[in-house]
Amino acid sequence: MPLLSVEKLTKSFGGLTAVSSVTMHIDKGELVGLIGPNGAGKTTLFNLLTGVYEPTSGSIKLHLPQEEQDKDGKVKTKVITKELGGLKPYNVTKAGLARTFQNIRLFKDLTVLDNVRIAMHQNIRYRLPSAFLHLNKFHNEEDRLVEEAEKLLDIFKLSHKKEELAKNLPYGEQRHLEIARALATKPVILLLDEPAAGMNPNETAELTETIEWIRKEFDLTILLIEHDMSLVMKICERIYVLDYGMLIASGKPAEIRTNKRVIEAYLGEEVSNA
Amino acid sequence: MRALTKKNILIFVGILLTFAIVQGLISVGIISSFHEITIALICINIIMAVSLNLITGFTGQFSLGHAGFMSIGAYVCALIIMRYDSTAGFLMGILAGALVATIVGILIGIPTLRLKGDYLAIATLGMAEIIRVVFLNLEITNGAAGLSGIPRHANWFWLFFFAVITVLTINNFIRSSHGRACISIREDEIAAESMGINTTKYKVMAFAIGAFFAGVGGALYASYFYFLKPNIFGFMKSIDILVIVVLGGLGSVTGSVVAAILLALLTTFLQAFTEIRMILYALLLVVIMIFRPQGLFGTKEINDFFKFRKKHERIE
Amino acid sequence: MEQFLQQVVNGISLGSIYALIALGYTMVYGIIKLINFAHGDVYMIGAYIGFAAITYAKLGFFPALLISMILCAILGVVIERIAYKPLRNSTRIAVLITAIGVSLFLEYVMMFFVGAEVRSYPNVLSNYTLHLHGVVINMQQIYIIVTAIALMVLLQFIVHKTKTGKAMRAVSIDQDAAQLMGINADSTISYTFAIGSAFAGAAGVLVGIYYNSIDPLMGIMPGLKAFVAAVFGGIGSIPGAMIGGLGIGIMETLVSGYGNSMYRDAFVFLFLILILILKPTGLMGKNIREKV
Repeated sequence: MPLLSVEKLTKSFGGLTAVSSVTMHIDKGELVGLIGPNGAGKTTLFNLLTGVYEPTSGSIKLHLPQEEQDKDGKVKTKVITKELGGLKPYNVTKAGLARTFQNIRLFKDLTVLDNVRIAMHQNIRYRLPSAFLHLNKFHNEEDRLVEEAEKLLDIFKLSHKKEELAKNLPYGEQRHLEIARALATKPVILLLDEPAAGMNPNETAELTETIEWIRKEFDLTILLIEHDMSLVMKICERIYVLDYGMLIASGKPAEIRTNKRVIEAYLGEEVSNA
Repeated sequence: MRALTKKNILIFVGILLTFAIVQGLISVGIISSFHEITIALICINIIMAVSLNLITGFTGQFSLGHAGFMSIGAYVCALIIMRYDSTAGFLMGILAGALVATIVGILIGIPTLRLKGDYLAIATLGMAEIIRVVFLNLEITNGAAGLSGIPRHANWFWLFFFAVITVLTINNFIRSSHGRACISIREDEIAAESMGINTTKYKVMAFAIGAFFAGVGGALYASYFYFLKPNIFGFMKSIDILVIVVLGGLGSVTGSVVAAILLALLTTFLQAFTEIRMILYALLLVVIMIFRPQGLFGTKEINDFFKFRKKHERIE
Repeated sequence: MEQFLQQVVNGISLGSIYALIALGYTMVYGIIKLINFAHGDVYMIGAYIGFAAITYAKLGFFPALLISMILCAILGVVIERIAYKPLRNSTRIAVLITAIGVSLFLEYVMMFFVGAEVRSYPNVLSNYTLHLHGVVINMQQIYIIVTAIALMVLLQFIVHKTKTGKAMRAVSIDQDAAQLMGINADSTISYTFAIGSAFAGAAGVLVGIYYNSIDPLMGIMPGLKAFVAAVFGGIGSIPGAMIGGLGIGIMETLVSGYGNSMYRDAFVFLFLILILILKPTGLMGKNIREKV
């Protein structure tokens, strides 16, 4: 069973159908790419998956395997299916989907550390009274938070900048921080919206490595939107192509590269030289 | 509890010293009863400003109705101490006033906090006006004539005590994960939601905590000035509190405390010249917004300045 | 029935005044997304200018109205240039606080110069009253309604038939794009403030002759209610402000006439909160969604 299955997902704004009857699935551990020309509806699809928009119709189902002990003490895996369509973004995040934004949406005036700590809030283990009184539990938990946040920041070589304001980071590091922040929510699926946008080839290459590394390290499933074909073709195992809100192709990178409809949709764009 | 850190001991000693010095000055008569009113105003304004700062400065929800919650605390407390004229009655009145203000805050907050920016500002303003009109028409609050002869239990000790409690509690809250959740809403509501923050819940929470302490402030006001009428808590009162918060810096507890002191002194100094005081006030607002929109302290706190110095020492 | 019609007539008179003020709110909000809190105070100053023109200069109603409108237009432009223009790129909260500051400034500068006491407006109109099937319409009401209609027709003409009006509409849709098309956004914003403030000035004179009394804080409540009217009609929409103003005026007189006049203001604000929650775009507003 796939980890995430999307069934006939549609979103219209007034008369305009931005995403039209999209059916797709992502298996556990996969790294799937979502490409398409400008205005194809990629970000809208992302916003649907993450609860920013409510679907007009269709469903988004998350199938999470969960280990359970039955009466005899045997460990069994049971798949729990959860409908994500129509959930609020914070509930989608709680269910296990985390995202980054195309036009970086960090908490600009907060420190790097706070950016990450805020994303950890949903897993916090103290309640309001401790927050008011700063009881022991509060201090222990806050220490754990900082420790964990620093570990995450280390991966992105940001821990020495943890006290810096997010807005003062260079562009590439801001993109990295956004990924770190998404990881801090402990996601099952990570959705990256054009993570390489605005990066030079060197930075993109480095990002490619990082993505592959965190995928292994955190046992992640990743869906990414990207314009940079070299990145998509290199790391994605499967690709979905969206045009005018509809899926026009799906398959392995090699198949997509030679797909006629994709080339047509991208005519004049850089798919051929990828 | 990690109560015995060096910093906490310093804070505790500072609080005790402040209390003792002012108490001493009152006892020997250097601070006259006229100046005591200024001190009472400072304490109440600190409570009001810090609690509004939580809503507007930290959570980013623009409220123009803080005086509404204050009036609820004031009337509830006044009605209770007028029946139970004792310190216990006074404390019960404060608690009851604060709780009723909180409940009203939650009831009003749930529908209105869906609104953003200017719209929320206007809705909260309207809400405070509604509360005022209700008090104007209720029999138990004696309508426009108001309540007089409320027993005076609030004194320097209690005013100071509650101001300190307010500042410490709200400061602790802001520096907790829950507080950071509130701040993330101010920074970017959509990003906050995507990071798993139930923004509605934390907006209402900030609103409720703010309303609670505004209720405390109002209760102290009622018991110190022993006279209440609905028009004390009009639109201007909300603006007064907002001016303190903005002047001190949206998002700085230290700023609110300092600004509350400065403005209370200015008010006392210009007691006899109401119009000039208000004109100065108005100019101050415009000039601050044009030249220093972040207020005196921005989002910095007193300890940030010490941190800054340490950082430099390390570099040298 | 007669009483009802009487209340409606009174409501239309009051509502016309609200509508004139609401137009200024809605135009300014439409163009720079600012709730101009000082707008109610421009209206107050308009009332004082009319008062001075009639009492000291011994002018008639129309000259007084015209002078008030011209001076208020200038005041509006000056306020925008001094207080709001430096904040064009600031946060919304900063601009709103500035507007509150300007509002306080106008109120207390007036109070400083003319005193806090209520003044009674001189009567410049005849005491003739019109009786229609038991409904009484007095001269003041006729003047108010006719003046308001004339001004609104004029505004429709300006907005839809003149170059300035076209520029105003363009800037309100997209300021940057309008500038790229060669429209001077600064002067267009000034025009908007001028027209809005002139209307507020007219409303000030009209309310003076209607209620016969003015004071430096008279602008606060009508200002807020006119804002409610603008929100009701759909903020940014000119026909919306007209309809909203009339609606609020009629609602208010009906609540006073049939219910408890003490609750009149609370009712208006309750209505505001309900609109904001149920239909924040108002009757004729447009929906704007944030891009993610």
